[in-house]
Amino acid sequence: MGYRFTAAAFNQLLESLREKYRVYAPTLLKGKGKFSDTDLVGYAEISKIEDVVFNQKSYFSPKETFYPVTQRLFYFNENGFSESVVDEKGMIVFLRACDIQAVERLDKIMLENGPSADYYYERLRNKLKMIVMDCQESFDSCFCVSMGTNKTENYSASVRLENGVYLSDVKEDIEGLFAFHGETIEVSPKFVESNKQSVKVPENLVLESVAANPIWEEYGSRCIACGRCTVVCPSCSCYTMQDIFYDDNPKCGERRRVWASCQIDGFTDMAGGHSFRRNNGERMRFKVMHKIKDFKQRFGVHMCVGCGRCDNACPEYISLAHCIDRLGKEEAENRG
Amino acid sequence: MAKNSYLPFKAKILAKYQQTELDWTYRLECQIQPIAGQFMEVSLPGVGECPISISDFGDGYIEMTIRRVGQVTGGIDKLVPGDYLFLRGPYGNGFPLESFYDKHLIIAAGGTGLAPVKSVINYFYARPELLQRCDILTGFKTPNDVLFKCDLDKWAQTFRVEVTVDKLDEFGNLEVIANSCSRRTGLITALIPDVEIPSLEDVRVIIVGPPVMMKFTAQEFLCRGLAKESIWVSFERKMSCGLGKCGHCKIDETYVCLEGPVFNFAQAQTLLD
Ligand SMILES: Cc1cc2nc3c(=O)[nH]c(=O)nc-3n(C[C@H](O)[C@H](O)[C@H](O)COP(=O)(O)OP(=O)(O)OC[C@H]3O[C@@H](n4cnc5c(N)ncnc54)[C@H](O)[C@@H]3O)c2cc1C
Ligand code: SF4
Ligand code: SF4
Ligand code: FES
Repeated sequence: MGYRFTAAAFNQLLESLREKYRVYAPTLLKGKGKFSDTDLVGYAEISKIEDVVFNQKSYFSPKETFYPVTQRLFYFNENGFSESVVDEKGMIVFLRACDIQAVERLDKIMLENGPSADYYYERLRNKLKMIVMDCQESFDSCFCVSMGTNKTENYSASVRLENGVYLSDVKEDIEGLFAFHGETIEVSPKFVESNKQSVKVPENLVLESVAANPIWEEYGSRCIACGRCTVVCPSCSCYTMQDIFYDDNPKCGERRRVWASCQIDGFTDMAGGHSFRRNNGERMRFKVMHKIKDFKQRFGVHMCVGCGRCDNACPEYISLAHCIDRLGKEEAENRG
Repeated sequence: MAKNSYLPFKAKILAKYQQTELDWTYRLECQIQPIAGQFMEVSLPGVGECPISISDFGDGYIEMTIRRVGQVTGGIDKLVPGDYLFLRGPYGNGFPLESFYDKHLIIAAGGTGLAPVKSVINYFYARPELLQRCDILTGFKTPNDVLFKCDLDKWAQTFRVEVTVDKLDEFGNLEVIANSCSRRTGLITALIPDVEIPSLEDVRVIIVGPPVMMKFTAQEFLCRGLAKESIWVSFERKMSCGLGKCGHCKIDETYVCLEGPVFNFAQAQTLLD
């Protein structure tokens, strides 16, 4: 079913939804940009549709809404452990088609990999309802079409701003509220069919040959191992455990998990001083192979969804898109 | 909803035995039935959690041999019998014991690498008829680093056990090593050319130790004509979950905590960190 909303009607919809849900969307975060007086687009809870930034790509990905940067797992004291509690409310998140595809990638690792689903991930994931924001045109650095992630059917509703009104295709009407506040009209969501850049993901890469390729040395000399590329990535999921105890009572504390990055020092450090991939170029190779080879080998789809956020975030102007293309060409030549 | 695999359970320390200055074996009250070569995530709330191999197990208990190297292992070092550790697991695949039945098993363990294979050795020590023969080669830094001295002595009653140390201690003393074993100085790799191999096809090898030791030891066995498929190794990687989620242990498309830590060498050799 399709619906049309004036801004006022959409805000009434949001107000009704907010009784049972927290609503998150890309918004302008003031003063959070690269320089102290600049803004950037990131996720925050919203109360009105005007807060949503439609005409830019968000710098941060939506994953932080349902897979927080820091997540408390449990508390402990002398008597034992108690599980952290979650907000009773559900979660509605505005995100793009590629982002929804990335959620499906996170599901693969967090729900399917290993002996069981990740309890803490599943707990929030089950609350998540997705509202896909139409992409009327591609942003710079996007290469979703090349990755086949420019479209999705996996959403509760779509939304786009067109001539001052909001148009929504609804697949799962949340509490019947879209029908209640909207005016019925024919709507189909718009997805981009081409990007400004295209990338050709090489198939049949041979790992030994890839690892021996000198491009990693070059990337190693540029990459500063800051990890920004993995922080902004919607499909990166690694974390590290962290215990803290409270100052007023060292017997009480909590165990948390925090996002980790394969690009940053310490990711593989073991006791006795062993570590792997000390060179930043090797880390880049590891990340790129995960994004366009290893993950697919395990789960059947590429991990990278071509959102281009890593390219935007890198302070050294390293572009994954270029890297993939270059690697493909050089490896094809190497094979002759 | 999945069950919460991150919540550890409480396990009482029943006994604590000193192995070396840094290593102690802890016997913990625990009902799990692990496979030899599997590991547990061991917690000290407020300090952290780390993966530790199960070095032995029996009715109602498991043993772990833990080296004091950092935060968690340093905290554990201070505990005494009657105190509690917190555990989750067992994790990982463990050794495929049945593939060693009726074979000539050679175990090469370097340093703390002896811990994860101790229960393999004990399994066959209790059932020697399951093997054609068994050679146990162990290498340590100095005589003071030798683990499981009593067990080495015990095993030497049934199997051939060789102990080598990289260098002697300050007293030039080899006597502290288990008595009934053959004792030498030098690297573990130097023991391999002398292992008697009556039938090459029947040999199966387990190698566990630091990455460099495993690499060169495997090479020595390949030089003796062994097929890669006849060799097994056990990997150590940084691990935060043991559940295939945290990503730290990943190599290529392989998760060491899930598909490992035990790998057939034919596969292990292709894994590129
Ligand atoms: C499958 C598997 C099985 C294992 N089995 C055993 C076993 O049976 N027995 C055993 O003893 N160990 C075993 N280990 C190794 C064990 O997990 C590690 O020794 C343990 O994680 C160390 O934890 P820790 O908190 O004590 O050390 P940490 O405090 O984490 O320190 C680890 C190392 O990092 C260094 N370090 C710590 N913090 C810093 C810092 N800020 N900057 C620089 N360096 C730092 C320390 O010096 C130390 O060398 C196993 C590991 C794996 C993966
Ligand atoms: S383009 Fe970069 S940020 Fe986006 S999914 Fe691919 S690797 Fe992640
Ligand atoms: S953002 Fe750029 S510099 Fe930072 S770790 Fe990633 S590739 Fe390296
Ligand atoms: S230890 Fe976390 S994925 Fe293997």
